[in-house]
Amino acid sequence: MIKLKTSLIIFLLICLNAFPAFAAGQKMMSIQVKKGEIRSTPSFLGIIVARVSYGDRVYVREEKGPWVRVGLSGNSDDGWIHTSVLTSKKIVLNPGAADVQTSASGDELALAGKGFSKQVENEFREKNPNINYAWIDRMEKFVVSQKQSKQFLKEGDLSPEGGF
Amino acid sequence: MTIGSKHQFLDPAVKLAVLGLGIMLALPVFISGCKTMEAVTNIGTSIGQSVGMITESQAESISKSSKAVARSFEDFTPEQEYYIGRTVGAVVINKYKPYNNKKANAYINLLGQTLAKASDMPETFNGYHFLILDSDEINALAAPGGLIFITRGMLRCCRNEDAVAAVLAHEIGHVQFKHGLQAIKKSRITSALITIGAEGAKTFGEEDLASLTATFEDSISDITSTLVNNGYSRKFERQADIAAVTILKRVGYDPNGLVDMLKVMDKKLKPGSPDFAKTHPSPASRIADIQKDIGKYAGGKRSKARHARFLAALGNN
Repeated sequence: MIKLKTSLIIFLLICLNAFPAFAAGQKMMSIQVKKGEIRSTPSFLGIIVARVSYGDRVYVREEKGPWVRVGLSGNSDDGWIHTSVLTSKKIVLNPGAADVQTSASGDELALAGKGFSKQVENEFREKNPNINYAWIDRMEKFVVSQKQSKQFLKEGDLSPEGGF
Repeated sequence: MTIGSKHQFLDPAVKLAVLGLGIMLALPVFISGCKTMEAVTNIGTSIGQSVGMITESQAESISKSSKAVARSFEDFTPEQEYYIGRTVGAVVINKYKPYNNKKANAYINLLGQTLAKASDMPETFNGYHFLILDSDEINALAAPGGLIFITRGMLRCCRNEDAVAAVLAHEIGHVQFKHGLQAIKKSRITSALITIGAEGAKTFGEEDLASLTATFEDSISDITSTLVNNGYSRKFERQADIAAVTILKRVGYDPNGLVDMLKVMDKKLKPGSPDFAKTHPSPASRIADIQKDIGKYAGGKRSKARHARFLAALGNN
Protein backbone atom coordinates (compact mmCIF):
# COMPACT_ATOMS: atom_id res chain seq x y z
CA MET A 1 0.00 0.00 0.00
CA ILE A 2 2.79 2.40 0.96
CA LYS A 3 4.67 1.37 -2.18
CA LEU A 4 1.61 2.15 -4.32
CA LYS A 5 1.21 5.54 -2.67
CA THR A 6 4.88 6.38 -3.27
CA SER A 7 4.62 5.37 -6.91
CA LEU A 8 1.51 7.52 -7.30
CA ILE A 9 3.26 10.53 -5.77
CA ILE A 10 6.29 10.04 -8.01
CA PHE A 11 4.02 9.72 -11.03
CA LEU A 12 2.18 12.93 -10.11
CA LEU A 13 5.46 14.77 -9.56
CA ILE A 14 6.70 13.72 -13.00
CA CYS A 15 3.44 14.90 -14.56
CA LEU A 16 3.63 18.24 -12.79
CA ASN A 17 7.21 18.70 -13.90
CA ALA A 18 6.59 17.76 -17.49
CA PHE A 19 3.41 19.73 -17.94
CA PRO A 20 4.76 23.31 -17.74
CA ALA A 21 7.45 22.49 -20.32
CA PHE A 22 4.80 21.23 -22.68
CA ALA A 23 2.44 24.11 -21.98
CA ALA A 24 5.16 26.72 -22.45
CA GLY A 25 5.49 25.62 -26.07
CA GLN A 26 8.54 25.09 -28.19
CA LYS A 27 12.02 26.26 -27.22
CA MET A 28 13.18 29.32 -29.12
CA MET A 29 16.58 30.95 -29.51
CA SER A 30 17.88 34.16 -31.13
CA ILE A 31 20.58 34.87 -33.68
CA GLN A 32 23.32 36.84 -31.88
CA VAL A 33 25.58 37.60 -34.86
CA LYS A 34 25.08 39.90 -37.87
CA LYS A 35 24.50 37.07 -40.33
CA GLY A 36 24.05 33.35 -39.74
CA GLU A 37 23.70 30.37 -42.04
CA ILE A 38 21.49 27.31 -41.76
CA ARG A 39 23.01 24.17 -43.28
CA SER A 40 21.68 20.88 -44.59
CA THR A 41 24.05 18.84 -42.37
CA PRO A 42 25.72 19.53 -38.97
CA SER A 43 29.03 20.51 -40.58
CA PHE A 44 30.63 23.73 -41.78
CA LEU A 45 30.90 22.30 -45.22
CA GLY A 46 27.18 21.46 -45.19
CA ILE A 47 25.18 23.09 -47.99
CA ILE A 48 23.69 26.45 -46.96
CA VAL A 49 19.90 26.22 -47.15
CA ALA A 50 18.81 29.47 -45.45
CA ARG A 51 20.22 32.68 -44.04
CA VAL A 52 19.26 34.44 -40.81
CA SER A 53 20.12 37.86 -39.36
CA TYR A 54 20.78 39.48 -35.99
CA GLY A 55 17.79 39.19 -33.68
CA ASP A 56 15.91 36.56 -35.74
CA ARG A 57 14.17 33.86 -33.67
CA VAL A 58 14.38 30.15 -34.47
CA TYR A 59 12.63 27.08 -33.06
CA VAL A 60 14.96 24.48 -31.58
CA ARG A 61 14.29 20.94 -32.81
CA GLU A 62 17.34 18.95 -31.76
CA GLU A 63 20.83 19.47 -30.34
CA LYS A 64 23.82 17.44 -31.45
CA GLY A 65 27.20 18.47 -30.02
CA PRO A 66 27.79 22.09 -30.99
CA TRP A 67 25.09 21.94 -33.68
CA VAL A 68 21.41 22.77 -33.30
CA ARG A 69 18.68 21.70 -35.74
CA VAL A 70 16.26 24.59 -36.09
CA GLY A 71 13.02 25.64 -37.73
CA LEU A 72 12.30 29.15 -38.96
CA SER A 73 8.60 28.78 -38.19
CA GLY A 74 6.59 26.82 -35.64
CA ASN A 75 6.07 23.85 -37.90
CA SER A 76 9.13 23.85 -40.14
CA ASP A 77 12.40 22.01 -39.84
CA ASP A 78 15.01 23.87 -41.83
CA GLY A 79 18.48 22.63 -40.98
CA TRP A 80 21.54 22.96 -38.76
CA ILE A 81 23.12 26.02 -37.21
CA HIS A 82 26.21 26.29 -34.98
CA THR A 83 25.60 27.01 -31.30
CA SER A 84 28.02 30.01 -31.41
CA VAL A 85 25.37 31.84 -33.47
CA LEU A 86 22.61 31.34 -30.89
CA THR A 87 21.60 32.85 -27.56
CA SER A 88 18.65 31.95 -25.39
CA LYS A 89 18.05 35.67 -24.82
CA LYS A 90 15.58 37.66 -26.87
CA ILE A 91 17.39 40.42 -28.74
CA VAL A 92 15.77 43.83 -28.86
CA LEU A 93 17.05 45.65 -31.95
CA ASN A 94 15.78 49.12 -31.04
CA PRO A 95 15.56 49.03 -27.27
CA GLY A 96 13.58 51.65 -25.35
CA ALA A 97 13.89 52.62 -21.70
CA ALA A 98 11.47 49.90 -20.56
CA ASP A 99 13.56 47.20 -22.28
CA VAL A 100 16.70 48.40 -20.53
CA GLN A 101 14.97 48.05 -17.15
CA THR A 102 13.74 44.57 -18.03
CA SER A 103 17.17 43.49 -19.25
CA ALA A 104 18.77 44.83 -16.10
CA SER A 105 16.53 42.70 -13.94
CA GLY A 106 17.12 39.37 -15.60
CA ASP A 107 18.66 37.25 -18.27
CA GLU A 108 15.87 37.23 -20.81
CA LEU A 109 16.79 40.24 -22.95
CA ALA A 110 19.89 41.39 -24.81
CA LEU A 111 19.87 44.91 -26.16
CA ALA A 112 21.31 45.69 -29.56
CA GLY A 113 23.33 48.88 -29.87
CA LYS A 114 23.70 49.38 -26.09
CA GLY A 115 26.86 49.42 -24.00
CA PHE A 116 30.04 49.35 -26.07
CA SER A 117 28.39 50.28 -29.34
CA LYS A 118 28.76 52.26 -32.55
CA GLN A 119 27.89 55.38 -30.55
CA VAL A 120 30.70 54.74 -28.04
CA GLU A 121 33.15 53.98 -30.87
CA ASN A 122 32.24 57.31 -32.52
CA GLU A 123 32.77 59.16 -29.25
CA PHE A 124 36.14 57.41 -28.79
CA ARG A 125 37.17 58.32 -32.35
CA GLU A 126 36.32 61.95 -31.77
CA LYS A 127 38.60 61.95 -28.72
CA ASN A 128 41.36 60.00 -30.51
CA PRO A 129 41.53 61.38 -34.07
CA ASN A 130 45.04 59.92 -34.53
CA ILE A 131 43.67 56.36 -34.51
CA ASN A 132 42.73 55.40 -38.04
CA TYR A 133 39.96 52.86 -38.69
CA ALA A 134 40.30 52.79 -42.50
CA TRP A 135 42.22 49.49 -42.48
CA ILE A 136 39.80 47.93 -40.01
CA ASP A 137 36.96 48.74 -42.43
CA ARG A 138 39.02 47.30 -45.30
CA MET A 139 39.78 44.15 -43.29
CA GLU A 140 36.09 43.58 -42.68
CA LYS A 141 35.58 43.49 -46.43
CA PHE A 142 37.88 40.44 -46.75
CA VAL A 143 35.12 37.85 -46.81
CA VAL A 144 35.64 34.24 -47.89
CA SER A 145 32.57 32.30 -49.05
CA GLN A 146 31.92 28.65 -48.28
CA LYS A 147 32.43 27.91 -51.98
CA GLN A 148 35.89 29.54 -51.91
CA SER A 149 36.80 27.63 -48.73
CA LYS A 150 35.84 24.30 -50.30
CA GLN A 151 37.83 25.08 -53.43
CA PHE A 152 40.84 26.14 -51.31
CA LEU A 153 40.74 22.85 -49.38
CA LYS A 154 40.42 20.72 -52.52
CA GLU A 155 43.18 22.54 -54.37
CA GLY A 156 45.48 22.14 -51.37
CA ASP A 157 44.84 18.37 -51.20
CA LEU A 158 43.32 18.77 -47.76
CA SER A 159 40.82 16.21 -46.45
CA PRO A 160 38.75 17.78 -43.65
CA GLU A 161 37.25 15.53 -40.97
CA GLY A 162 33.80 14.43 -42.06
CA GLY A 163 34.64 14.98 -45.73
CA PHE A 164 33.16 17.58 -48.10
CA MET B 1 16.81 11.56 17.32
CA THR B 2 20.27 10.06 17.30
CA ILE B 3 21.72 13.22 15.81
CA GLY B 4 19.95 15.38 18.39
CA SER B 5 21.22 13.35 21.29
CA LYS B 6 24.78 13.50 19.95
CA HIS B 7 24.57 17.27 19.95
CA GLN B 8 23.63 17.30 23.58
CA PHE B 9 26.97 15.74 24.43
CA LEU B 10 28.86 18.64 22.91
CA ASP B 11 30.52 20.92 25.34
CA PRO B 12 29.42 24.61 24.95
CA ALA B 13 33.06 25.55 24.30
CA VAL B 14 33.27 23.04 21.47
CA LYS B 15 30.03 24.45 20.06
CA LEU B 16 31.53 27.92 20.06
CA ALA B 17 34.67 26.67 18.37
CA VAL B 18 32.59 24.94 15.68
CA LEU B 19 30.60 28.12 15.14
CA GLY B 20 33.79 30.16 14.91
CA LEU B 21 35.30 27.73 12.43
CA GLY B 22 32.11 27.89 10.39
CA ILE B 23 32.28 31.66 10.19
CA MET B 24 35.97 31.59 9.32
CA LEU B 25 35.35 29.13 6.53
CA ALA B 26 32.40 31.08 5.18
CA LEU B 27 34.01 34.51 5.29
CA PRO B 28 36.65 34.17 2.55
CA VAL B 29 34.02 32.75 0.22
CA PHE B 30 31.91 35.83 0.80
CA ILE B 31 34.81 38.19 0.33
CA SER B 32 36.16 36.66 -2.86
CA GLY B 33 32.83 35.70 -4.34
CA CYS B 34 30.62 37.59 -6.76
CA LYS B 35 28.41 38.63 -3.87
CA THR B 36 31.00 41.18 -2.82
CA MET B 37 30.56 43.15 -6.01
CA GLU B 38 26.84 43.20 -5.41
CA ALA B 39 27.33 44.35 -1.84
CA VAL B 40 29.71 47.10 -2.89
CA THR B 41 27.26 48.30 -5.52
CA ASN B 42 24.45 48.27 -3.02
CA ILE B 43 26.43 50.50 -0.72
CA GLY B 44 27.38 52.74 -3.64
CA THR B 45 23.84 53.12 -4.87
CA SER B 46 22.38 53.81 -1.45
CA ILE B 47 24.97 56.53 -0.89
CA GLY B 48 24.16 58.00 -4.29
CA GLN B 49 20.50 57.85 -3.40
CA SER B 50 20.88 59.46 0.00
CA VAL B 51 22.75 62.45 -1.39
CA GLY B 52 20.12 62.87 -4.08
CA MET B 53 22.36 62.07 -7.05
CA ILE B 54 20.02 59.42 -8.40
CA THR B 55 16.36 58.61 -7.99
CA GLU B 56 15.07 55.53 -6.24
CA SER B 57 14.06 53.84 -9.49
CA GLN B 58 17.48 54.51 -10.98
CA ALA B 59 19.10 53.06 -7.89
CA GLU B 60 16.94 49.98 -8.21
CA SER B 61 17.88 49.61 -11.84
CA ILE B 62 21.59 49.94 -11.03
CA SER B 63 21.42 47.37 -8.26
CA LYS B 64 19.58 44.98 -10.53
CA SER B 65 21.99 45.42 -13.41
CA SER B 66 25.06 44.95 -11.26
CA LYS B 67 23.68 41.64 -10.08
CA ALA B 68 23.77 40.58 -13.70
CA VAL B 69 27.18 42.17 -14.19
CA ALA B 70 29.00 40.86 -11.18
CA ARG B 71 29.47 37.73 -13.25
CA SER B 72 32.11 38.67 -15.83
CA PHE B 73 33.46 39.31 -19.30
CA GLU B 74 31.03 36.72 -20.57
CA ASP B 75 28.25 39.25 -20.14
CA PHE B 76 29.47 41.23 -23.13
CA THR B 77 27.24 40.41 -26.09
CA PRO B 78 28.99 39.40 -29.34
CA GLU B 79 28.02 42.85 -30.63
CA GLN B 80 29.88 44.60 -27.78
CA GLU B 81 32.83 42.24 -28.22
CA TYR B 82 32.87 43.29 -31.88
CA TYR B 83 33.10 46.99 -31.05
CA ILE B 84 35.85 46.34 -28.51
CA GLY B 85 37.73 44.31 -31.15
CA ARG B 86 37.46 47.00 -33.83
CA THR B 87 39.15 49.58 -31.63
CA VAL B 88 41.77 47.14 -30.32
CA GLY B 89 42.53 46.39 -33.99
CA ALA B 90 42.72 50.09 -34.86
CA VAL B 91 45.21 50.64 -32.01
CA VAL B 92 47.32 47.69 -33.25
CA ILE B 93 47.34 49.12 -36.79
CA ASN B 94 48.29 52.49 -35.32
CA LYS B 95 51.42 50.88 -33.87
CA TYR B 96 52.31 48.69 -36.85
CA LYS B 97 51.94 49.44 -40.56
CA PRO B 98 49.62 47.22 -42.64
CA TYR B 99 51.31 45.25 -45.43
CA ASN B 100 49.51 46.51 -48.51
CA ASN B 101 49.83 43.35 -50.63
CA LYS B 102 46.52 42.23 -52.10
CA LYS B 103 47.61 38.72 -53.05
CA ALA B 104 49.26 37.93 -49.71
CA ASN B 105 46.31 39.27 -47.68
CA ALA B 106 43.80 37.40 -49.84
CA TYR B 107 45.73 34.17 -49.24
CA ILE B 108 45.92 34.74 -45.47
CA ASN B 109 42.16 35.33 -45.40
CA LEU B 110 41.35 32.23 -47.46
CA LEU B 111 43.47 30.15 -45.12
CA GLY B 112 42.46 31.87 -41.86
CA GLN B 113 38.72 32.06 -42.47
CA THR B 114 38.64 28.41 -43.57
CA LEU B 115 40.43 27.42 -40.33
CA ALA B 116 38.13 29.60 -38.20
CA LYS B 117 35.07 27.76 -39.55
CA ALA B 118 36.50 24.53 -38.14
CA SER B 119 37.07 26.02 -34.66
CA ASP B 120 34.77 25.74 -31.66
CA MET B 121 33.84 29.41 -32.22
CA PRO B 122 33.22 29.43 -35.98
CA GLU B 123 30.92 32.44 -35.90
CA THR B 124 31.54 35.79 -34.26
CA PHE B 125 29.41 38.93 -34.60
CA ASN B 126 31.01 40.03 -37.87
CA GLY B 127 33.30 37.11 -38.67
CA TYR B 128 37.06 36.56 -38.73
CA HIS B 129 39.31 38.82 -40.81
CA PHE B 130 43.08 38.67 -41.22
CA LEU B 131 45.76 41.24 -42.06
CA ILE B 132 49.52 41.08 -42.55
CA LEU B 133 51.55 43.77 -40.76
CA ASP B 134 54.61 45.24 -42.44
CA SER B 135 57.02 44.60 -39.59
CA ASP B 136 60.14 42.53 -39.05
CA GLU B 137 59.08 41.82 -35.49
CA ILE B 138 58.08 38.20 -34.96
CA ASN B 139 54.50 38.60 -33.78
CA ALA B 140 50.85 37.68 -34.24
CA LEU B 141 47.92 39.27 -32.39
CA ALA B 142 44.20 38.61 -32.10
CA ALA B 143 41.63 41.26 -31.19
CA PRO B 144 38.33 40.16 -29.60
CA GLY B 145 35.67 39.17 -32.11
CA GLY B 146 38.11 37.82 -34.70
CA LEU B 147 40.39 40.53 -36.14
CA ILE B 148 43.74 38.75 -36.46
CA PHE B 149 47.12 40.24 -37.35
CA ILE B 150 50.36 38.52 -38.37
CA THR B 151 53.67 40.26 -39.04
CA ARG B 152 55.90 39.61 -42.04
CA GLY B 153 58.58 38.66 -39.51
CA MET B 154 56.35 35.88 -38.22
CA LEU B 155 55.54 34.69 -41.76
CA ARG B 156 59.29 34.32 -42.35
CA CYS B 157 59.28 31.71 -39.57
CA CYS B 158 56.83 29.64 -41.64
CA ARG B 159 58.40 27.38 -44.22
CA ASN B 160 55.12 25.99 -45.54
CA GLU B 161 51.35 26.48 -45.51
CA ASP B 162 50.87 24.10 -42.59
CA ALA B 163 53.09 26.33 -40.45
CA VAL B 164 51.16 29.51 -41.40
CA ALA B 165 47.95 27.61 -40.66
CA ALA B 166 49.34 26.76 -37.21
CA VAL B 167 50.04 30.40 -36.33
CA LEU B 168 46.60 31.52 -37.49
CA ALA B 169 44.89 28.62 -35.69
CA HIS B 170 46.69 29.61 -32.45
CA GLU B 171 45.33 33.16 -32.77
CA ILE B 172 41.83 31.80 -33.54
CA GLY B 173 42.22 29.89 -30.26
CA HIS B 174 42.70 33.18 -28.38
CA VAL B 175 39.49 34.54 -29.95
CA GLN B 176 37.59 31.33 -29.19
CA PHE B 177 38.50 31.48 -25.49
CA LYS B 178 37.86 35.26 -25.33
CA HIS B 179 41.33 35.77 -23.87
CA GLY B 180 41.31 39.42 -24.98
CA LEU B 181 38.13 40.21 -23.07
CA GLN B 182 39.56 38.52 -20.00
CA ALA B 183 42.37 41.08 -19.96
CA ILE B 184 39.81 43.77 -19.10
CA LYS B 185 39.85 44.62 -15.41
CA LYS B 186 36.70 43.42 -13.64
CA SER B 187 35.98 46.84 -12.14
CA ARG B 188 35.61 48.29 -15.64
CA ILE B 189 33.13 45.63 -16.70
CA THR B 190 31.07 46.40 -13.62
CA SER B 191 31.15 50.14 -14.17
CA ALA B 192 30.26 49.75 -17.87
CA LEU B 193 27.25 47.64 -17.11
CA ILE B 194 26.13 49.93 -14.29
CA THR B 195 26.07 52.83 -16.77
CA ILE B 196 24.02 50.70 -19.15
CA GLY B 197 21.65 49.83 -16.32
CA ALA B 198 21.28 53.46 -15.24
CA GLU B 199 20.62 54.44 -18.83
CA GLY B 200 17.15 52.94 -18.66
CA ALA B 201 15.97 55.20 -15.89
CA LYS B 202 16.50 58.36 -17.90
CA THR B 203 17.36 59.57 -21.37
CA PHE B 204 20.85 58.64 -22.46
CA GLY B 205 22.73 61.79 -21.48
CA GLU B 206 26.08 63.28 -22.39
CA GLU B 207 27.45 62.27 -19.02
CA ASP B 208 26.53 58.60 -19.46
CA LEU B 209 28.10 58.53 -22.90
CA ALA B 210 31.24 60.20 -21.59
CA SER B 211 31.52 57.76 -18.68
CA LEU B 212 30.87 54.74 -20.91
CA THR B 213 33.45 55.98 -23.41
CA ALA B 214 36.01 56.48 -20.63
CA THR B 215 35.43 52.89 -19.48
CA PHE B 216 35.67 51.74 -23.11
CA GLU B 217 39.00 53.53 -23.49
CA ASP B 218 40.38 51.94 -20.32
CA SER B 219 39.18 48.49 -21.43
CA ILE B 220 40.90 48.89 -24.81
CA SER B 221 44.13 49.86 -23.08
CA ASP B 222 43.86 46.83 -20.73
CA ILE B 223 43.69 44.59 -23.80
CA THR B 224 46.31 46.28 -25.98
CA SER B 225 48.85 46.48 -23.15
CA THR B 226 48.35 42.75 -22.58
CA LEU B 227 48.67 41.97 -26.30
CA VAL B 228 51.63 44.20 -26.99
CA ASN B 229 53.56 44.46 -23.72
CA ASN B 230 52.73 41.88 -21.08
CA GLY B 231 51.43 38.87 -22.99
CA TYR B 232 48.87 36.36 -21.83
CA SER B 233 49.45 33.85 -19.07
CA ARG B 234 51.19 30.60 -19.85
CA LYS B 235 47.85 28.89 -19.30
CA PHE B 236 46.16 30.96 -22.03
CA GLU B 237 49.01 30.30 -24.48
CA ARG B 238 48.72 26.61 -23.76
CA GLN B 239 44.94 26.72 -24.36
CA ALA B 240 45.51 28.46 -27.70
CA ASP B 241 48.09 25.82 -28.71
CA ILE B 242 45.67 23.01 -27.85
CA ALA B 243 42.92 24.72 -29.87
CA ALA B 244 45.37 25.12 -32.78
CA VAL B 245 46.19 21.40 -32.83
CA THR B 246 42.45 20.57 -32.83
CA ILE B 247 41.66 23.00 -35.66
CA LEU B 248 44.61 21.83 -37.79
CA LYS B 249 43.58 18.18 -37.45
CA ARG B 250 39.94 18.97 -38.29
CA VAL B 251 40.90 20.76 -41.50
CA GLY B 252 43.54 18.23 -42.52
CA TYR B 253 46.77 20.14 -41.84
CA ASP B 254 49.71 18.49 -40.12
CA PRO B 255 49.73 19.87 -36.54
CA ASN B 256 53.50 19.38 -36.64
CA GLY B 257 53.39 22.62 -38.66
CA LEU B 258 53.20 24.36 -35.27
CA VAL B 259 56.32 22.55 -34.06
CA ASP B 260 58.11 23.32 -37.31
CA MET B 261 57.31 27.03 -37.05
CA LEU B 262 58.41 27.16 -33.39
CA LYS B 263 61.77 25.56 -34.25
CA VAL B 264 62.48 28.23 -36.87
CA MET B 265 61.29 30.91 -34.48
CA ASP B 266 63.56 29.62 -31.74
CA LYS B 267 66.57 30.23 -33.98
CA LYS B 268 65.41 33.69 -35.04
CA LEU B 269 64.25 35.11 -31.72
CA LYS B 270 66.72 37.39 -30.06
CA PRO B 271 66.61 37.33 -26.29
CA GLY B 272 65.08 40.53 -24.94
CA SER B 273 63.58 41.56 -28.28
CA PRO B 274 60.33 43.52 -28.00
CA ASP B 275 58.07 40.99 -29.68
CA PHE B 276 56.95 37.40 -29.41
CA ALA B 277 59.87 36.47 -27.14
CA LYS B 278 58.59 38.90 -24.55
CA THR B 279 54.93 37.93 -24.68
CA HIS B 280 55.13 34.16 -25.16
CA PRO B 281 56.63 31.17 -23.36
CA SER B 282 59.87 29.92 -24.94
CA PRO B 283 59.41 27.93 -28.19
CA ALA B 284 61.24 24.93 -26.70
CA SER B 285 58.83 24.61 -23.77
CA ARG B 286 55.84 25.01 -26.10
CA ILE B 287 57.17 22.33 -28.45
CA ALA B 288 57.48 19.84 -25.58
CA ASP B 289 53.85 20.43 -24.56
CA ILE B 290 52.45 20.40 -28.12
CA GLN B 291 54.18 17.14 -28.98
CA LYS B 292 52.29 15.50 -26.12
CA ASP B 293 48.99 16.60 -27.73
CA ILE B 294 49.91 15.59 -31.24
CA GLY B 295 51.18 12.14 -30.37
CA LYS B 296 52.19 9.99 -33.28
CA TYR B 297 50.33 11.87 -35.96
CA ALA B 298 50.26 10.06 -39.24
CA GLY B 299 47.93 12.33 -41.24
CA GLY B 300 48.68 15.58 -43.04
CA LYS B 301 49.88 14.54 -46.48
CA ARG B 302 52.40 16.84 -48.14
CA SER B 303 51.12 18.38 -51.35
CA LYS B 304 52.98 20.02 -54.23
CA ALA B 305 49.97 22.16 -55.14
CA ARG B 306 49.69 23.43 -51.57
CA HIS B 307 53.36 24.33 -51.41
CA ALA B 308 53.22 26.05 -54.80
CA ARG B 309 50.39 28.35 -53.74
CA PHE B 310 52.17 29.13 -50.45
CA LEU B 311 55.29 30.19 -52.39
CA ALA B 312 53.22 32.17 -54.92
CA ALA B 313 51.47 34.14 -52.15
CA LEU B 314 54.23 34.57 -49.58
CA GLY B 315 57.43 33.43 -51.31
CA ASN B 316 58.74 36.96 -51.77
CA ASN B 317 57.77 38.04 -48.28
